[in-house]
Amino acid sequence: MNTQSNPASEPFSESRSFAIAVVNAARPVYWSIRRELWENRSIYIAPVAAAVLFLCGSLISIVRLRLRMEDPWKSPHGLMDQYELAPALIMGTALIVGVFYCLDALYGERRDRSILFWKSLPVSDVAAVLSKLAVPIAILPLISFVITVATEFTILVLSSVVFAGSGVNIAGLWAQSSFFRLPAIWLYHLVTVHGLWYAPIYAWLLMVSAWAPRAPFLWAFLPPFVVWGAEKIAFNTSYFLGILQYRLLGPGAGMAGNDHSEDFATTLIPHHFLSTPGLWTGLALATAFLFITVRLRRSRGPI
Amino acid sequence: MACIEARGLHKAFGTTVALDSIDFRVEEGRILGIIGPNGAGKTTALNAVLGLIPYQGELRVLGRDPWKERNLLMRDVCFIADVAVLPRWIRVSQVLDFVAGVHPRFDRAKAEDFLSQTSIGLDRKVKHLSKGMVVQLHLALVMAIDARLLVLDEPTLGLDILFRKQFYDSLLNDYFDRSRTILVTTHQVEELQHILTDLMFIDRGRVVLSCSMEEFEARYLEVTVNPDQVASARALKPIYERQVFGRTILTFDRVERGRLLQLGEVHTPSIADLFVAVVGNRAGMAQGAAR
Repeated sequence: MNTQSNPASEPFSESRSFAIAVVNAARPVYWSIRRELWENRSIYIAPVAAAVLFLCGSLISIVRLRLRMEDPWKSPHGLMDQYELAPALIMGTALIVGVFYCLDALYGERRDRSILFWKSLPVSDVAAVLSKLAVPIAILPLISFVITVATEFTILVLSSVVFAGSGVNIAGLWAQSSFFRLPAIWLYHLVTVHGLWYAPIYAWLLMVSAWAPRAPFLWAFLPPFVVWGAEKIAFNTSYFLGILQYRLLGPGAGMAGNDHSEDFATTLIPHHFLSTPGLWTGLALATAFLFITVRLRRSRGPI
Repeated sequence: MACIEARGLHKAFGTTVALDSIDFRVEEGRILGIIGPNGAGKTTALNAVLGLIPYQGELRVLGRDPWKERNLLMRDVCFIADVAVLPRWIRVSQVLDFVAGVHPRFDRAKAEDFLSQTSIGLDRKVKHLSKGMVVQLHLALVMAIDARLLVLDEPTLGLDILFRKQFYDSLLNDYFDRSRTILVTTHQVEELQHILTDLMFIDRGRVVLSCSMEEFEARYLEVTVNPDQVASARALKPIYERQVFGRTILTFDRVERGRLLQLGEVHTPSIADLFVAVVGNRAGMAQGAAR
């Protein structure tokens, strides 16, 4: 109240008002993200469904292993396979959900005219677009991480129960699974690849979603195809396709060299990853796409 | 203080001019009805005021530039643009949560209180509500926001007469307090006549009439002329003439009431009739000129 009469309290009140400003700026983003989760329940239902389905298959497989009295780790179709498949399936599901989410995020609100309602509230276009971007690059990876960990844990519990008293060393089962080492790798993979490396892809999809007069799916996927074809005919080269492949497969694809057995997530050492120029050009491109997306949302009305 | 001030407000979509450099001013605490035929530029004008579209010319809303300061402006401005813009998938409780979360001036208790007087349950989804209930819900949200300007674009389109009456009654009794400003466009003009304090007719991007309701009542008179006095009535230069059940009704602008009383029954025209008189004449003239 009396900050003017008391200069000593000014830095305090400044940092306080800064904190209030940050909270005020974050509130619309926080509520907008919650709103996205209300509207798009597939964000968590789809990965959960994938995990549940996987667990059903996993249980059958474990029981069959037990019946055949095979060592769960050494068997060719044993736990090792499940261990590698579960994250791939769950994260892959999240990826697909993210793509379709982005394509609809800014198109759907224009089609059902609800954009007029959202725009009648004091939520800026920047906050709206950022909260939509947060879903594929932060919320979905986070959800798939939690589900992946829970799934792997359940697989271990299931196999422990099934193999109890069969002579298989249960403690060894847990030790071999490297249950406490892998999550760090998954998390790292999710942050670097799903969050950062794929950011330009999601930003492109959001931009198309904000612009497309109809059929955002076609507008998102046909132009790259046409560019590839045009380049092939004009110059008989495939640079554009190369760029796309590089973006989709990740920088690890090149680094892993010919050693296919190596999981590319593990080759992504931070120092290597951060010094990849592709990461930074990608993020610059993502920023440009997002800038255009915000401008589009501002000027576009309902369809 | 002026709530809205427009000078040379201009907007063209391609070669179509939607707003042709119009000037208008709305003081705070007024209820202005913007009346015009389809495609006259009403919605364009409202969209410019709400900062939804860029424009040329000068426009200040509550002292702000609506295009550049839209985010700030939306704290003080509410709008119901057309009917049924509430997302269909949302639950009533969720929309309350969301607005309470993002709007610093939203009074949730007030909205819930208003909703408790309706048959709208908090756990219902918008897609399961009737059209009238969706508008009630939207009105409940808007009335619980302490805004300085409320913009309504065809708020009662498609509603039955009971809902329409209820809508305007709630607006007048529970919302309007003479410090707030309301801007409304509608085709159901008759229901607005006793609500408005100001009136504006727009036609083909231009303001053809702008006055307060007191001025309107003082300026315009309608006379059902006795058959034998039609000729002398016409000499007073009516702005419009129509026949109803074989009787001639003439509309006059700024003609002394005393003189008209001698010609027949005098009354204040309805907004709808005056609209036809003012805008219909213009349309007729334009057609004549085109020929």
